Amino acid sequence: MTVVSPGTSLSRRRLLPGSSGSGGRRPRNRATADQLAGWGFVAPSVLLIGLFGLIPVIWSFVISFQRNDLQTPAEWVGLKNYRQLADDPVFAESIRHTVVYTALFVPITLVASLLVAAALNRRIRGISIYRLAVFIPVVTSTVATGVIFTWLLDPDYGLVNAGLNKVGLPSQGFFSAPNQALFTVVGMTTWGWIGFGALIYLAALQAVPSDLLEAAQLDGCTKAGAFWRIQVPLMRPVSGFLLVWLTINALQLFDEVFVTTKGGPLHSTTVVVYYLYQQAFQFFHAGYAAAMACLLFVAIAVITLVQMRLTREEASG
Amino acid sequence: MTSLTATRLRRPSGWHLVLIPLALVMATPLLWMLLTSVSSLEDTRRFPPGLPSSLHFENFSTAWTQEPFGHWLLNSAIVSVSCVLSNLVICSLAGYAFARIRFIGRGVLFVLLLATLMVPFQVLMIPTLLIVKHLGLVDTLPALIAPNLATAFGVYLLRQFFVSLPVELEEAAVIDGAGRLRILFSILLPLMGPPLVTLGVMTFLWTWNDFLWPLVVTSSPEVMTVQLGLASFQSGHFTNWPVLMAGTLLSQLPVLVLFLLGQRYFVSSIATSGIK
Repeated sequence: MTVVSPGTSLSRRRLLPGSSGSGGRRPRNRATADQLAGWGFVAPSVLLIGLFGLIPVIWSFVISFQRNDLQTPAEWVGLKNYRQLADDPVFAESIRHTVVYTALFVPITLVASLLVAAALNRRIRGISIYRLAVFIPVVTSTVATGVIFTWLLDPDYGLVNAGLNKVGLPSQGFFSAPNQALFTVVGMTTWGWIGFGALIYLAALQAVPSDLLEAAQLDGCTKAGAFWRIQVPLMRPVSGFLLVWLTINALQLFDEVFVTTKGGPLHSTTVVVYYLYQQAFQFFHAGYAAAMACLLFVAIAVITLVQMRLTREEASG
Repeated sequence: MTSLTATRLRRPSGWHLVLIPLALVMATPLLWMLLTSVSSLEDTRRFPPGLPSSLHFENFSTAWTQEPFGHWLLNSAIVSVSCVLSNLVICSLAGYAFARIRFIGRGVLFVLLLATLMVPFQVLMIPTLLIVKHLGLVDTLPALIAPNLATAFGVYLLRQFFVSLPVELEEAAVIDGAGRLRILFSILLPLMGPPLVTLGVMTFLWTWNDFLWPLVVTSSPEVMTVQLGLASFQSGHFTNWPVLMAGTLLSQLPVLVLFLLGQRYFVSSIATSGIK
């Protein structure tokens, strides 16, 4: 351990307790004890996260160059999985569905969350009940969401079609119609995520100093003007976080599709992760699926970095 | 001032006109689940549907006895509670060490840990299954627990908390020669309420609602969690909506009850950690 002259509170703070600076008692023992304690304390996490969070990443990369059926010994095939992916029409289709889903789900959820949070950000009677109604879907599981919406949107007996009929619109197929299923998934998942976005936005709205808004109103700014010109720009970091987080989750869509449509009808809701799951655990093409997972990882990393760069530049500029 | 607030309270805000439809739209799916769960089968075969003609609570006992719902709830509880407890202990230790103890390799380990936060689960899934296979744990509860015993998110969250604490709290104890464990558990633990609640709530939600990993690693009904059970229940009973909605309600009941009891904690946990 390097010797730093003790005395000033600054250096003591930087040294942290137990380093040779604090009191100068048995410095060497303390340093050795710190090595032991440090490694001892992090060992369980490092071992577990290493085993289940780090080694699998490298292994996945390796498997993507193999023919692997999860049972018999794997066989090295080089770039074959990747070359096959490039020519796989179902994979191309699944990418298209994932992109369409993400391009709809993310902006809709982001804007809806902001508006819902703005509506919820006031002190009026019954506000806690309104908030409860909006927040409960946050803790509702993806499986329960899928099961409930399958019933709600049932083509023959569903509540939503009854409502449509009541206002003179014809019944819809929703999950059972190839040209509607993906949009229905967008609607269902938006319901599941609005509460989350609104919750984050509401916390951010309440953190905006109120004197700032009062000053703006004294200057003749309307409440709506203050919202769009002061509060929304101030929340840019929050919007940036939500944008990244919603996108990451949208690209990984799986549970709701598995429960409602199983990728159908006619492949119309086969998104990348659903196809990956099918390849790995239904057709036992684990090498092929691993190649897909690696591509997904790269895509998510690149999109995240671009989004972070963009939102940060906008914020500073 | 008081008269002003009084008049403001007496005059209903125009925002109710926005908020009532919003709340209704958001609440409809769960309310419809509740209503259907006490309807008769005939009620659900009518179109347009209406309120249940009479209450049929036997849907719950049917769901409970036709499928091992009690067993699935127990499995989910075992998995979630184990993961919560182990995350609280293991991540506290690591978070404290990364924040306060100087040891060789600290920086590298922490960066590696953070890097794992970036990795989508689909990348880990296949090798993790192979690891679990090597350990002979496929289709057992430990297979559901082991990968979630410690999370990089938890270590990071608690490390940030320890960094924000003043060092002076620990100095006296260090001079007295107190061990690190004693400092952590007797001096710092009482201050760790909020971050531990956040970590506990998030770990519970995540493990209770997780679907993909249980789907991949379990197959027999005895080791299924309640989410997986519900999904398999659905494919077997897709025409009996009352019983299926009763089962869905059962699967969400623990989380809903916890949420209603501790809404404040849930909301602040989700707001600070930003994880669904």
